[in-house]
Amino acid sequence: MTDITAAPVRNGRADTGNVPGIGALHHVAPPAPPGPMSNALVFGWRAILKFRHVPEQLFDLVMMPIMFTLLFTFVFGGALAGSPGGYLQFFLPGILVQTVVFNSVYSGMGLSTDFQKGLFDRFRTLPIWSLAPFAGLMVGDLLRHLIAGGIILGIGLILGYRPEAGLTGTVAAFAMLLTIGFGMGWVFIVLGLLVRTPMTVMTLGFTILFPVTFASNIMVDPATMPDWLRSFVEVNPVSLMTTALRGLMSGTATPMQIGLALIAPVVLTLILAPLVLWLYRRR
Amino acid sequence: MIYDTSTLAIHARGLVRRYGDLTAVAGIDLDVRRGMIFAVLGPNGAGKTTLLRMLATLTAADEGSATVMGHDITTAPQKVRASISMTGQFASLDEDLTGRDNLVMLARLWGFRGGAARARADDLLTAFELSAAARKQVKNYSGGMRRRLDIAASLVVTPGVLFLDEPTTGLDPSARQGVWRLIRQLAESGVTILLTTQYLEEADQLAERIAVIDHGRKIAEGTSRELKAATGSGVLHVTLADQGQLDAAADLLATHLGNVVQRSPEGAELSVLAGDAIAANAALSALIADGFALSDFRMGAPSLDEVFFALTGQNDASRQPVIEKAVP
Repeated sequence: MTDITAAPVRNGRADTGNVPGIGALHHVAPPAPPGPMSNALVFGWRAILKFRHVPEQLFDLVMMPIMFTLLFTFVFGGALAGSPGGYLQFFLPGILVQTVVFNSVYSGMGLSTDFQKGLFDRFRTLPIWSLAPFAGLMVGDLLRHLIAGGIILGIGLILGYRPEAGLTGTVAAFAMLLTIGFGMGWVFIVLGLLVRTPMTVMTLGFTILFPVTFASNIMVDPATMPDWLRSFVEVNPVSLMTTALRGLMSGTATPMQIGLALIAPVVLTLILAPLVLWLYRRR
Repeated sequence: MIYDTSTLAIHARGLVRRYGDLTAVAGIDLDVRRGMIFAVLGPNGAGKTTLLRMLATLTAADEGSATVMGHDITTAPQKVRASISMTGQFASLDEDLTGRDNLVMLARLWGFRGGAARARADDLLTAFELSAAARKQVKNYSGGMRRRLDIAASLVVTPGVLFLDEPTTGLDPSARQGVWRLIRQLAESGVTILLTTQYLEEADQLAERIAVIDHGRKIAEGTSRELKAATGSGVLHVTLADQGQLDAAADLLATHLGNVVQRSPEGAELSVLAGDAIAANAALSALIADGFALSDFRMGAPSLDEVFFALTGQNDASRQPVIEKAVP
């Protein structure tokens, strides 16, 4: 290091051409404290920056759903629905739900990483709204859901999927998807707060999600399932969400279907948001 | 000591923190005057980090009370946060973002608007000689660069108190010197610095006052000179001609003088607090009478290492980092 003490300083900024040094940094008073929304937006901006610096995370997000779409449509589609095209029409809304549900695992992993790195220790010693980092996490999540959902829908359209309800139905379906992602996100934020390593968050997440997404009506109509399984599948929140999403995209959704699909996200948010705050303050 | 509490940056009484059955901090009082560098010195697991985390509002105290810059850590944590910065043991940065993005993010969290936040980040980068790496992701930084960025991140707004948890652990000697210089410059500018360290040399070099912590308790406090004086002035150094006799000679000295005998890592030298020359003389006579061949002996003032061992009564292998530096 060169000498960094002796440099002329004016108005807290260095004269050009000189190394200002630590002397230039003295006694900067905090500006007017920003509001909670402003704090949350900064964390949202961080989530967006992450996309720019780590674009490969998108690959993780969309590879599995793309493979599922291609495999199920072309390998099983003919047998399950008579033709690949017919199956795709049934399957695509379901795979969108699955994509969003699986994506929520990543915010839990990110949170666990931040804790492991000590990043949250810094956030917690700042005079900011304590829920702001989580609000930012949610912004990142919603963005991920939008991008991944958009890519899957795009591929579906290329393969011949046509939403009967058109643009309006599709926009409504995406609003529903974001709500689902928001609700599910809390589950993995709780896991991220409780579990020490990101890998364990992922393993635990997938252990929960695989049975819940497969024992649903995403891939097949539950009519052929044994009674005991069918009674589970029919009340599985993932099935309810899928039914609503199919309805929205085909223009046949009933208020009842939409209401049932929203139960899980609303209940999860009401229970888990306070739990997250409590866990975070206790840590 | 008695201070006017309004001149104190930190004023803590009876702080206790338990983790299950383990009492990490078992009742610590601390007074740190504004503008000083204060070191909390102790081995791994002594409770240094827990103490720091309580003062920085990261961990709640189970018992006791404390004010930081006049604000109570329990009843006014948000006011405490507005007047402190903490640099943890591990670089608390977002590794995926660039160094500049990290600083801009923190500046915006403090309330600087877009342009002002970027200007502040650039000032910090220049001051910490990180401009060249400003647009690199932090994951590509060296250990010393991370540490500098981490400290820069704590200075977005000039804090009343800067907490540094083991600021030089894991750094190479030249990076360590750089961090020491930074800490001194900050203290000269009026920032109160509370740092933890397990390196006696670091406490000796930097701190105006040192609190020695072991098993969650403060076992001594003072300037490095006071600590040395309180332990007694006479340290007896004995070099044996035959290294094979080291253990036996150490046992004999320990029984004779009743103090922990420290072995220098290289060579056959033993050091032990003797108290005064008469006691040292008696111990030397006993060594010679038992047939130990001495190649050298001398009396000297204790190093901070010796003070530390005299205070903690420990000198086992698990505490090796503490005696990494040879006795001067």
